[in-house]
Amino acid sequence: MTSVAPSLPPLDITRAPEGGEIGPIQSGWRLAAREFAKNRLAIIGLAILVFFVIFCFLGPLIYHGNVINSNLAATNLPPVVGHPLGTTNQGFDELGLLMTGGQASLEVGFCAAFIGIVIGAIVGAVAGLVGGFIDSILMRLVDVFLSIPILFVVLIIAVRYGASVLGLSAIIGCYTWLVPARLVRGEVLTLRERDFVAAARIAGASRRRLIARHLIPNALGVMIVNVTFNVADAILLVAALGYLGFGLHYPTQDWGDMLSNGIQYMQDGYWWLVYPVGACIVVVVMACNLIGDALRDSLDVRLRRR
Amino acid sequence: MTGYLIRRIGASIVVVIGVSIFVFLLLHIIYPSPAIDVLGPRSTPVAIKAWNKAHGFDRPWIVQYWSYIVGVLHGNLGYSYKLNQSVAALFNERWARSAYLSGISLVLAILIAFPVGIYQAVRRNTLGDNIVTSLAFVTYAMPVFFLALILIQVFALSLPIFSFEASQSTNVLYVMGDWHAMTLPVATLTLISVASYSRFMRSTAIDTLAQDYIKAARAKGLPEKLVLWRHLVRNACLPMVTLIGLSIPFLLAGNLITESVFNYQGLGFLFYTSLTSVDYPVLLAYTLVGAILTVVGNLVADIALTVADPRIRLA
Repeated sequence: MTSVAPSLPPLDITRAPEGGEIGPIQSGWRLAAREFAKNRLAIIGLAILVFFVIFCFLGPLIYHGNVINSNLAATNLPPVVGHPLGTTNQGFDELGLLMTGGQASLEVGFCAAFIGIVIGAIVGAVAGLVGGFIDSILMRLVDVFLSIPILFVVLIIAVRYGASVLGLSAIIGCYTWLVPARLVRGEVLTLRERDFVAAARIAGASRRRLIARHLIPNALGVMIVNVTFNVADAILLVAALGYLGFGLHYPTQDWGDMLSNGIQYMQDGYWWLVYPVGACIVVVVMACNLIGDALRDSLDVRLRRR
Repeated sequence: MTGYLIRRIGASIVVVIGVSIFVFLLLHIIYPSPAIDVLGPRSTPVAIKAWNKAHGFDRPWIVQYWSYIVGVLHGNLGYSYKLNQSVAALFNERWARSAYLSGISLVLAILIAFPVGIYQAVRRNTLGDNIVTSLAFVTYAMPVFFLALILIQVFALSLPIFSFEASQSTNVLYVMGDWHAMTLPVATLTLISVASYSRFMRSTAIDTLAQDYIKAARAKGLPEKLVLWRHLVRNACLPMVTLIGLSIPFLLAGNLITESVFNYQGLGFLFYTSLTSVDYPVLLAYTLVGAILTVVGNLVADIALTVADPRIRLA
């Protein structure tokens, strides 16, 4: 990106300390962290994500909304004292549901992205390092999977085997390793030819040391950026699944289920069943995308998604 | 160039074969035989076995795969025992409606996203750019169905301009003319695509603006208008061709959700109803068709790029 300002202040020789560390000589990670911290949007995104993790996982410890027992005496209440965001058609507390539903959405998002990146890193590293026949087989496999719309396959499997947080994460994770595998493979292929790897090899570094000390840390940037985007995509995918009615099953609900439930009452004007949860999905996904964009800029990986 | 094209087509054929094997195995593992659907849930195991033998569902999967492929090549995509109709007939009834919805949305998205992205790149970091970027960012993070619902709430319920349901006509020509009913579904799909295309277009155009040939064009005194039209637009559009090819799976997924939100009788809606009735032959056939469409779309995009970009053509 050409619009990015030069990442380092020009070195002022007159004021540079004599000896010792001068500014620019820092590890790549620290530079990246500094670059990231300078990006205001990224910090906002990170704050939003942290807020939602606390809200969803610690919130239920403080706020005890009824999300388990249906209460027919208090259905579809607008926001009132005791129910800050109203109640659903079964008398569940909407704010409480927002917390537990968020747990499911975030869990699936993070688990799926984690599974995806682990498989992707392994496949990509093997393809890049071994090369030859295995490489072409693995990459054709990636092509095949990338051609099949993920929503279709996930829906078919979810219909047959039912959906749980772990199951959904596994299905989505087994499908989102494709792009990371390609990226890691590309990264490994270029890294393999770089001088510092050759130098390490000449210095007698073992194969394991090469992988652990040089290849993985250098390919990590690509992977981290990809994880954040995958979290966002997985959350959206689970929401779509929930909306279509093939998501998680009661009593586990995710934000998509809640939206799908609230939509039935849209014409009645029960806005509290639709907009808070919709806003949650949009804001969390946006936060992930912001973080991903900023990470990409700061780690300067050749990943184009914008 | 011929060599490149042959290699590219060969790779696509390999991928299509891989896709068909995967899709068939998926069907074979989760739905080995339609016997239960035909004979009913109270049929005896003996009857099921006899039916399987009579209809060839007890053969090894590779043999069944072969007869499935032969069938597909002859236009036989399977048989829906739930709807008692061949899948090909079901698709034949609906594909035009889906093609119309997806096609017009894609065209509109391209027509909107290209100029918007170029405008943003040229007027980078101005108020206009920031507003469009933020809008695109929010839309990009929005589930398709949520966007559709907001549009319904605003333009069909609060301000009753459009219908909240897509056209129910079976005649595509009538559907095309029914703007009252079709505006919202088309707008939903278009907006979703515009969000991602314009973001991509903006960054490609920014990259292009930094190239030396733009500097050279400006340095030799070419009017800015010509610099933009002759050098920026033509070069920045090239990566978009690839992106559009790659975005077909997302188009199909968006199509599925939009059709089910607006109750539009297309292929996506058929997929959705088949999910509820657990009608695997339809599900698998549409997945296969979607995957083949994706492969063909990528191939067409690559070929178009070869034609458009002399750097590839001459290489």
